[in-house]
Amino acid sequence: MIDQITISALLDKYPFARTFLENNGVDPDGSGEQSLHDYFLSIDENTKEEMAIDPGHFISRLNEYISQMLSFLGETKSSVESLTILPGHYKTGEDERFSDLTIKKNEIISIVGPTGSGKSRLLGDIEWAARNDTPTGRTILINGKEPEKKWRYSSSEKLVAQLSQNMNFVMDLSVYEFLSLHAESRLITERESVIERILDQANLLAGESFSKDTPITSLSGGQSRALMIADTAILSKSPIILIDEIENAGIDRKKALNLLVSEGKIVLMATHDPILALMGDRRIVIKNGGIETIIETTEKEREILSQIEEMDKKIQSLRQRLRRGEVLTEV
Amino acid sequence: MNLVTVSGPPSVGKTSVILKTIESIKNRGLKVGVVKFDCLYTDDDILYEKAGIEVRKGLSGGLCPDHYFVSNIEEVVDWGIKHGFDLLISESAGLCNRCSPYINGINAVCVIDNLSGIGTPKKIGPMLKSADIVVITKGDIVSQAEREVFASRVHSVNPKAVILHVNGLTGQGSFELSTLLFSEDDHITSLKGKTLRFSMPSALCSYCLGETRIGESYQMGNVRKIDLGKEQ
Ligand SMILES: Nc1nc2c(ncn2[C@@H]2O[C@H](COP(=O)(O)OP(=O)(O)OP(=O)(O)O)[C@@H](O)[C@H]2O)c(=O)[nH]1
Ligand SMILES: Nc1ncnc2c1ncn2[C@@H]1O[C@H](COP(=O)(O)OP(=O)(O)O)[C@@H](O)[C@H]1O
Ligand SMILES: [Mg+2]
Ligand SMILES: [Mg+2]
Ligand SMILES: [Zn+2]
Repeated sequence: MIDQITISALLDKYPFARTFLENNGVDPDGSGEQSLHDYFLSIDENTKEEMAIDPGHFISRLNEYISQMLSFLGETKSSVESLTILPGHYKTGEDERFSDLTIKKNEIISIVGPTGSGKSRLLGDIEWAARNDTPTGRTILINGKEPEKKWRYSSSEKLVAQLSQNMNFVMDLSVYEFLSLHAESRLITERESVIERILDQANLLAGESFSKDTPITSLSGGQSRALMIADTAILSKSPIILIDEIENAGIDRKKALNLLVSEGKIVLMATHDPILALMGDRRIVIKNGGIETIIETTEKEREILSQIEEMDKKIQSLRQRLRRGEVLTEV
Repeated sequence: MNLVTVSGPPSVGKTSVILKTIESIKNRGLKVGVVKFDCLYTDDDILYEKAGIEVRKGLSGGLCPDHYFVSNIEEVVDWGIKHGFDLLISESAGLCNRCSPYINGINAVCVIDNLSGIGTPKKIGPMLKSADIVVITKGDIVSQAEREVFASRVHSVNPKAVILHVNGLTGQGSFELSTLLFSEDDHITSLKGKTLRFSMPSALCSYCLGETRIGESYQMGNVRKIDLGKEQ
């Protein structure tokens, strides 16, 4: 029984249980030579009542935590090779007309359509691994099969990571502390090298470089975004990345998408931005709640993309010049 | 009727999440009612009414809302049954980190937000630790990494709960939550014989009961003294 061995023996066997003890009010170092059973006996009834300590409940949560962590650690990196969307229906109830849509690892898919047409709902269907039980009636398959339950209910294994709209951090930490904290929550062992790699990649994406000692709250918009993307690409366990309507991100968008797919992710992005839309290998066109068509980006469109990118650069440089106080005489 | 108890610290997004979730539940043709428990003041009843939802509110005044909850929930359940609700949701302000309104055998939801800081899950008592479902809000304001770290902290204090991310503004995730709140197989006709998941401290101190004078001789009931260390 887990409450009979000493706390230090418990931690030798299950080092990750330290997090549980610390977050549940037991100082693992202070009472190391005691068993949890004796530890609870040593607390008087008044304190137990005031602190809401219920030994039975404590031990049953600890057992659950240990068994979940063991299965988490024992798993070989769960690999998602493909994602399949089976048709549901439009808002009108009419059936969607595509037969099935399979997206492979390393693919980038953009999702376009008017506001309110159902882009976010499609992303929601994927995140929840829909089984004909969402408002669209769609079904999602992973590797061609019905998804495992864990994708819905496990907290450490989410199918989907999401890049938020927001460009700021709220935690009061340095870049290094922030990445360590994230690595720790993922039980990463080779922490230093992973942090190094994220920092390098983030600096490649951001215009101006930053160091690991920079407080995350003082990063610029572009730097924050670069760090968020590099961190999500490298540290997030989720195999699918959703990007919901992120426009002018102030970073190298092409490099960012390339980084995400080079880490073996599937990327889906709902967007109104023509550059992002054309960066996809394919784009899903949503209309009235349903998938209307799926278009493969053509050669011609790739040429057009380069032209739009040129135009975009020009606009960026005009913006810069205006900011510097110049008077424009030509485009 | 199904009963769900929703609890969480002030302003985390309980009402926003409940409103979005009820939209999905109503789409299934179910009738929903809400009761709000708070301490001194709340406008939530107006928000629910505006959304066309039948609502009652109870203010606990000088008591902790959870104590007030236990002494009133039975009548509230009778009210819900009389009104023919399929689902009755109670929203309680979790003002006291020690108490929680959860009842054995009744679905318990704790709402907390990503902004409250990673130290928060450890500070919240039974309200978080013994919930069946933990809803984390305001993910739109933080990064993916911050969401993952926060969720892992929640997981370490309550490994048994289903953890869901819901955006109270856009409703993202609320459909998913709605599927966990109502079951055809669940039926309560009364709360008689049911028990709280966690006992509440029975003793109150004299200040809880309205005492304003400071001094040893006015302190009664639940009195504990701060340890300020030994003078050299
Ligand atoms: N950005 C953001 N804001 C949110 C979210 N959820 C709720 N809010 C906002 O947070 C504020 C508080 O939301 P409420 O739903 O009233 O919170 P509550 O927990 O019911 O508050 P009390 O009942 O007063 O304790 C409101 O301004 C909401 O619009 C969210 O997911 N993201
Ligand atoms: N096929 C569908 N059937 C029913 N409702 C739908 C369908 N697709 C989308 N919706 C609903 O329509 C609303 C708008 O969709 P949303 O995904 O937010 O649009 P967008 O992100 O494109 O602006 C949401 O409430 C969503 O649940
Ligand atoms: Mg949207
Ligand atoms: Mg409220
Ligand atoms: Zn209380």
